Amino acid sequence: MTSPDRGAAPLFTDPSANAARAWFANKPRALIDKRTTVRDAVARLVSDGAYLAIGGFGGDRLPTAVVHEIVRQGKQNLSFAGHTATHDFQILCAGNLLGRGQTLARVEIAYVVGLEARGLSPHARRVMESGEVEFTEWTNYALAARLKAAAMGVPFLPIRSLLGTDTFRYSGARVIDCPFTGERLAAVPALYPDVAAIHVHEADCYGNCRLRGTSVADLDLARAAKRLIITCERLIPHDEIRRDPTQTVIPFFCVDAVCEVPFGSYPGNMPYEYFSDEEHLRQWLEAERDLVTYRAWVEQHIYGVEDFSDYLHRCGGLRRMQQLRQQELLLDRPG
Amino acid sequence: MDYNPMELMICCAARLLEDGRTVAVGTGAPCAAAMLAQRTTAPNLVILFEAGGVAPLLPTMPISVGDSRTFYRGVMATSMADIMETCQRGMIDYTFLGGAQIDPYGNLNSTMIGPDYARPKVRLPGSGGANDLASFCWRTLVMTHHDRRRFVEKLDFLTTPGYLTGPGAREAAGLPPGTGPYRVITNLAILGFDDETKRMRVESLHPGVSWEQVQAATSFPLTARQPLAITPPPTERELHLLRTEVDPHRYIIGRPC
Repeated sequence: MTSPDRGAAPLFTDPSANAARAWFANKPRALIDKRTTVRDAVARLVSDGAYLAIGGFGGDRLPTAVVHEIVRQGKQNLSFAGHTATHDFQILCAGNLLGRGQTLARVEIAYVVGLEARGLSPHARRVMESGEVEFTEWTNYALAARLKAAAMGVPFLPIRSLLGTDTFRYSGARVIDCPFTGERLAAVPALYPDVAAIHVHEADCYGNCRLRGTSVADLDLARAAKRLIITCERLIPHDEIRRDPTQTVIPFFCVDAVCEVPFGSYPGNMPYEYFSDEEHLRQWLEAERDLVTYRAWVEQHIYGVEDFSDYLHRCGGLRRMQQLRQQELLLDRPG
Repeated sequence: MDYNPMELMICCAARLLEDGRTVAVGTGAPCAAAMLAQRTTAPNLVILFEAGGVAPLLPTMPISVGDSRTFYRGVMATSMADIMETCQRGMIDYTFLGGAQIDPYGNLNSTMIGPDYARPKVRLPGSGGANDLASFCWRTLVMTHHDRRRFVEKLDFLTTPGYLTGPGAREAAGLPPGTGPYRVITNLAILGFDDETKRMRVESLHPGVSWEQVQAATSFPLTARQPLAITPPPTERELHLLRTEVDPHRYIIGRPC
């Protein structure tokens, strides 16, 4: 095999650390109340053509309300970091091929189209096989390292995967020689998304955030993103943050909007709060099989819905949330 | 005792995991294998999930590599970079992977099917963490169904590195030395890799399976370790633990491999 020294793919964002510094130089630092609605946050912070990244791990700790709102507002021509994207990618794909333009235009793929053990999304496949979306290949760690480089404020990081594969060939990575040891490394460029959304357990009105369970790539994502929308299960008093600052994992100055969205990861899992709604996810996959059924499904669950609270209501409301909470806490089985 | 191919595959995989070692797993059969190993020969096996779960006491089979089961009563819930960098540092002994296609060198395709990358006939999820885990972990184990569409001479897309083009190719590409695919566990046989050629060879045939059957289900010529062994069938204890503790709802063992 000929082993190319540079991947052939274009980058959809500028990896320059100086360009990023120029942006961050002007990012507001004031300790101001950033509480708002998801509708307002998406309208203000997600522009057509923007590069978007979503926190969590596919269907785990997913900022579902923001993803729905992006589709509902008909945002167009987005680039997307397909970093362990599962249900989030599935929702975004509802903005393509259903007669409402094209939400997704470019995707940097580590993992898309699949919903892990649940199977492949028929509509996401349709979108990715249609030719209307430009895509390039990465890996989960490559994208995590790209976010880490951005969070560090450097233009790239060296990693030891990707090498020797077609995944490298269709990525935008480069091979470099280590200046100290001469070892071959893959250099992956910093990724500064225009906008990111992350769902956390608790936040204060300024955007200081706490989360429980695995952080996936979110601590780096929060620092790498130029604009950041936080949704939280619960707002907490600022005094509580001050009482125990060791629990803060994202500081307020990274954050542009704070939206309290109880059950905000539904139908995804939220650690220590509620389990994923496997029945709803199964029905969603089922509805995607043909376009007519799926158009009706999307109408019923996204476009024809007032807001996320209305969506929860349509999915069984508090009664369903109570069941999922019991599942999460393993209380749904005989003692 | 009667058993199905998936149960046998999980038992085979579990037996390969040595006690006191570390394994990065996903959901499904690999997770079942790790859970079974913990209950049989490897009580001190440390399970890690790439989304950040470390050493959980798995109460049930996780549905997602990032769901809350993956760190239930674990020792740490950390980040993906932390897990991947622990692998990159050389601390993780095994990982389990699968794919739509595998070639004689154990390279895997989980990206796309078809001749044109930009217009795939079937778009698959992509690497996920597979390329990273196969690059970093000492021994890569593959669990897959055995048929001619999967076992191909040339992949449509090389997502995840096995031995690439043969001896020395991983090292030449810059991948950490001493790593690579170790065993491929299928519904027909256990396969390994020839030390000289790095091509796939049969290590043992499952009970009742003939050499001709295995070769017929493989699109490239296989060799065999001599003398060719028969895979020991699952023991009663293994099957009991698998059916009552590891996968009581038959999520994994109840489906075709």
